[in-house]
Amino acid sequence: MRKLLVIFVLGAAVAIACLPALAHHGQAAYDTTKLTTVKGTVTRWIWSNPHCVLFVDATDDSGQVVHWIGETQNPLSMTNMGWTGESFKPGDHITLRLTPAKNGAPIGLIADVILANGQRLDARNFVKNEPRPDAKPN
Amino acid sequence: MRMSRAAGKAVIIALLAAPLLHSQAEPPAPEENLKPSAGSEHPPVSYDGWHRPYPTEMKPEGKPGPAPRHDLGGTWDPGPTSGIVASIKPDDGIPAHQPPYTPLGLEMLNQNHPSGGFRTVLPGDTNDPIDKGDPQGMPREDLYELRVTQIVQYPEKVLVLYTNGRVWRVIWTDGRDFPKDPEPRWFGYSIGKWVNDTTLLVETRGVDERTWVDRAGRPHGADLAVKEWFHRVDQSHLELSVQIDDPKMYTKPWMAMYKLPFDLRPPDFDIREMIYAPSDFGEYNRLVADPVSKEHSK
Repeated sequence: MRKLLVIFVLGAAVAIACLPALAHHGQAAYDTTKLTTVKGTVTRWIWSNPHCVLFVDATDDSGQVVHWIGETQNPLSMTNMGWTGESFKPGDHITLRLTPAKNGAPIGLIADVILANGQRLDARNFVKNEPRPDAKPN
Repeated sequence: MRMSRAAGKAVIIALLAAPLLHSQAEPPAPEENLKPSAGSEHPPVSYDGWHRPYPTEMKPEGKPGPAPRHDLGGTWDPGPTSGIVASIKPDDGIPAHQPPYTPLGLEMLNQNHPSGGFRTVLPGDTNDPIDKGDPQGMPREDLYELRVTQIVQYPEKVLVLYTNGRVWRVIWTDGRDFPKDPEPRWFGYSIGKWVNDTTLLVETRGVDERTWVDRAGRPHGADLAVKEWFHRVDQSHLELSVQIDDPKMYTKPWMAMYKLPFDLRPPDFDIREMIYAPSDFGEYNRLVADPVSKEHSK
């Protein structure tokens, strides 16, 4: 029993260590084993603490418009990754990749965003074992 | 030339005190082979609060100059990520990273529900005091979201200006002792003594019990005593170490931070705002934290 407990603790520790580093709130609400791709149109971009929030309207397989919400870290951290308060404006067509909410709400933790001009904004929130787009072969 | 009796006494006191100060000049090394606090990788270029790009890669023309004597003044950058959760004992479930809790300490820990780390709960279930708008207080201001930090020094005091929350504290260096039966304060009462030419040892007591030691929800009581070593390594580098002592919560003092490195930024460096305004926080909770916590909340 004690061995099982040790294995569980160590396993959980490794899993936690692989999670993305969301500064203020944790990742408990997100399924960090998944990455969802959303293609859509920006409706709003909030550049604010404790986390920046991006709103994107996307059409799902059944033709319904889904109002997606993606969060990042705070403006200070995002600035160090090249993001700004002007990174998006309503009407921008983007491709968004995010770690989705466990409860099925169309909300997620943003991994990266590809702008219409091909520029990629990295939010450094990739899931374990997911090859990063900028990863170089060994 | 004969030395006066008073001068003789002063020399004897200084000689007796010297070993004590010397022994405190270095922070205790962390136990169990824990590594020092690591610096973070800087992007090649970043932006200050005035949206001005500045190079962050340290490429000095030769070695930095020596540390000035008894001078911590400057704008100090721990890097973009190293200060976010700067503890050398992060809450990651690894046994060696657990502080030495007393039974009461463990009981108190389990009453605190953080929204991050090994014991994380959903955002809607946390009772983290800073989510209500409470100040982080000491020592959490050092241990969570420690960003670019300004130190302003006067003959009788040192001011530490933190980016996170735009808060500041005073460290008195005028030789005063702690007040008797102090009224608890979020940041407590801090006094500092130079233990050598380049290290200011700061002790803090009287911290409000409502604060958490760190983001993990580690507890403290009224007897909390925090020690910080601000060590100026050379002209351009500073290190910070933090020790926690609270005999009711922990069986022995433990190092929470050990030699976290900072780089000196130029005097005209402007610091970005990082304020958790209630209106911003409320909107975030309404839009994100509350909806993702639904159905999972107890």
